[in-house]
Amino acid sequence: MSTLPVLSISDLIVEFPTRRGVLRPVDRVGFDIARGEILGVVGESGAGKSMCGSAIVGLIDRPGRITGGEIRLSGERIDTLSQEKMRRIRGKRIGMVFQDPLTSLNPLMRVGDQIVETIRTHLPVSEHEARRRAVAALEEVGIPAASTRIDSYPHQFSGGMRQRVVIALALAAEPELIIADEPTTALDVSVQAQIMALLKRLCRDRGTAVMLITHDMGVIAESTDRVAVLYAGRLAEIGPTRDVLSSPRHPYTIGLMASTPSPTGGADRLSQIPGAMPNLRAIPPGCAFNPRCTKAFGPCTSELPVLKPVGRNEVACWLFDDALTGNPNKAEENA
Amino acid sequence: MSEQTPLIRAENLTCVFDVSKPWLNRVIERRERQFLTAARNVTFDIPKGKTFALVGESGSGKSTIGKMAVGLLRPTSGKVTVDGTDLFGALKASSASALRRRIQMIFQSPYASLNPRWRVGDIIAEPIRAFGLASGDAVGARVTELLEQVGLAENDGQKYPHEFSGGQRQRIAIARALASNPEFIVCDEPTSALDVSVQSQVLNLMKDLQRDLGLTYLFISHDLSVVRYMADQIGVLYLGQLVETANREDLFNNPQHPYTRMLMDAAPRIDAFGRTADAVKGEIPDPITPPPGCPFHPRCPLVDNRCKTEVPKPFQTGETNVACHAAEEGRGRPEAA
Ligand SMILES: Nc1ncnc2c1ncn2[C@@H]1O[C@H](COP(=O)(O)OP(=O)(O)O)[C@@H](O)[C@H]1O
Ligand SMILES: Nc1ncnc2c1ncn2[C@@H]1O[C@H](COP(=O)(O)OP(=O)(O)O)[C@@H](O)[C@H]1O
Ligand code: SF4
Ligand code: SF4
Ligand SMILES: [Mg+2]
Ligand SMILES: [Mg+2]
Repeated sequence: MSTLPVLSISDLIVEFPTRRGVLRPVDRVGFDIARGEILGVVGESGAGKSMCGSAIVGLIDRPGRITGGEIRLSGERIDTLSQEKMRRIRGKRIGMVFQDPLTSLNPLMRVGDQIVETIRTHLPVSEHEARRRAVAALEEVGIPAASTRIDSYPHQFSGGMRQRVVIALALAAEPELIIADEPTTALDVSVQAQIMALLKRLCRDRGTAVMLITHDMGVIAESTDRVAVLYAGRLAEIGPTRDVLSSPRHPYTIGLMASTPSPTGGADRLSQIPGAMPNLRAIPPGCAFNPRCTKAFGPCTSELPVLKPVGRNEVACWLFDDALTGNPNKAEENA
Repeated sequence: MSEQTPLIRAENLTCVFDVSKPWLNRVIERRERQFLTAARNVTFDIPKGKTFALVGESGSGKSTIGKMAVGLLRPTSGKVTVDGTDLFGALKASSASALRRRIQMIFQSPYASLNPRWRVGDIIAEPIRAFGLASGDAVGARVTELLEQVGLAENDGQKYPHEFSGGQRQRIAIARALASNPEFIVCDEPTSALDVSVQSQVLNLMKDLQRDLGLTYLFISHDLSVVRYMADQIGVLYLGQLVETANREDLFNNPQHPYTRMLMDAAPRIDAFGRTADAVKGEIPDPITPPPGCPFHPRCPLVDNRCKTEVPKPFQTGETNVACHAAEEGRGRPEAA
């Protein structure tokens, strides 16, 4: 059994050339995901979460492209593969689940036929065996009366049931990695709980690595092993979920946690972060968070902070640079 | 609880939509007319200066009730009274404009409610002029005051809606709603489209404005965490019916209805590391053919035969009003289990 991470990204840069200059929605992002591990990618809208996912599966809209770094799947470099080879990797080695299940389903095809097609494209099995597996897959994701529902069309399912079908489809070819981009954002909380429980159980059972993209810190807490916090296309903080959420170090992570209302919390007043995330056309120099940061000081407006280990987390913030502050623990008192 | 007469009273609000297919289709397909009851006998009071929250999953009837509460949608039966005056009766009268001024609404998508071709200053000035609340230079001064009240700058009035972020647009929508000096504002998922750091800014702003201006809110949300922060009194909706109405402390500390407990359990928590919520079975049924008896019975862990046939009547326990046979019979309380 290999100990290589299933997914390994380093210094990934995605750029969009435009008439008014080059935009960089993903800027030197790196992380690994081990077999059976669920990595959460969290951040506010426009942080670059989906773009990271698209880069991994080779589906960046033109004229955007990867201009730096590398992406490895079980050790093999995939960011340099041809379109044709990437097409084979999608579906077979990387399964995808999106917010809107209809992006993954063909509206004109019975759901069973779609699963059978995926299985037969990627696995050497007979039509009969593929159909047997498709029924089993639908049963496993909790579709009632799977052997008859297999002949239904996507529109004949509710939103929650459709997302179950998509999960069955994503897992059908036994991929190494699942990229789930806001898989429960469009669903009601009761259905969200069902879908997250399902996704966690199936991936754990199979040892599938998962990249779970979400803006919801509650989903991150309950469902991920490690978490990467993205801000304006850059990693602000990354580490074990429990460490990052219960002792966040980066001022942005601290602000994000404090402004999240909790169903068990009793705060009379929510913390707020002033301002809003910058537009890609106007990323401030230095630390992208500096205009909103109450702790900003000397280097923040001109020098780009890089990830440094702090406790079990890695944090990109000048407050944790010993050489600059002399006292790395000073910032933690405020955490 | 205060004994004063509530500012807003919703009594047995019911809204039935005719969702039949066109006549010809019905004849060909031999279908009956179909009706969807989006709200059924919804009753609540909102004392002046307080927030009543409606919480429930999508399709539970929150927006329908909100629209009835501001007079945008006529109830099939039941009524809304404002300060004791029947809302729909008054909206037909010659004094309708006076009442309309006192009631405003804020929607989830601020962009949809802001005319993209108007400058923000004109958007905010429009109700001031329409209700004749100021004229001449006083209008501009009032617009500036409103912009500042919601945390925007005077010169933002010169810009167009598309020049603002989502959170700022919601501030503009709030400023416009405040322009007519309303007493009652229905807020329909006002922060559901916003990121959390911006959501907290808008929620804090709404609380500050309520305190400073004595506003009364009907606050609509699918998010219990947000409701917990905003509301004094909370009504939990399921398939168009209030299944539990309670003050904030009682609802969160001692929820009575199995659906309320389920909603709370299902809400993801930022401190519940690795938790797998006890997933509730099933999904919300088709509202056109709701289940007989208790509407929640196909999903309820405490269901028994009575629940399947007899509609539970709301009853009062302490300050909580709840519609559940098990709660009434004292059956299946978590403490007792
Ligand atoms: N096709 C595109 N062309 C140009 N910019 C894009 C395109 N798609 C996304 N972006 C920009 O890239 C940034 C990151 O977007 P995205 O990855 O979708 O964010 P997230 O998923 O975190 O909300 C945003 O600023 C977005 O506007
Ligand atoms: N104009 C309408 N015609 C027919 N059905 C409607 C109409 N408006 C809402 N409904 C239905 O009424 C129910 C309640 O809707 P709504 O009040 O929008 O719920 P919520 O705001 O809680 O999501 C839903 O089943 C919805 O489909
Ligand atoms: S680097 Fe500076 S501006 Fe950025 S988060 Fe740290 S203290 Fe704040
Ligand atoms: S009435 Fe019966 S089915 Fe309905 S919520 Fe109460 S126990 Fe459950
Ligand atoms: Mg996205
Ligand atoms: Mg609604």
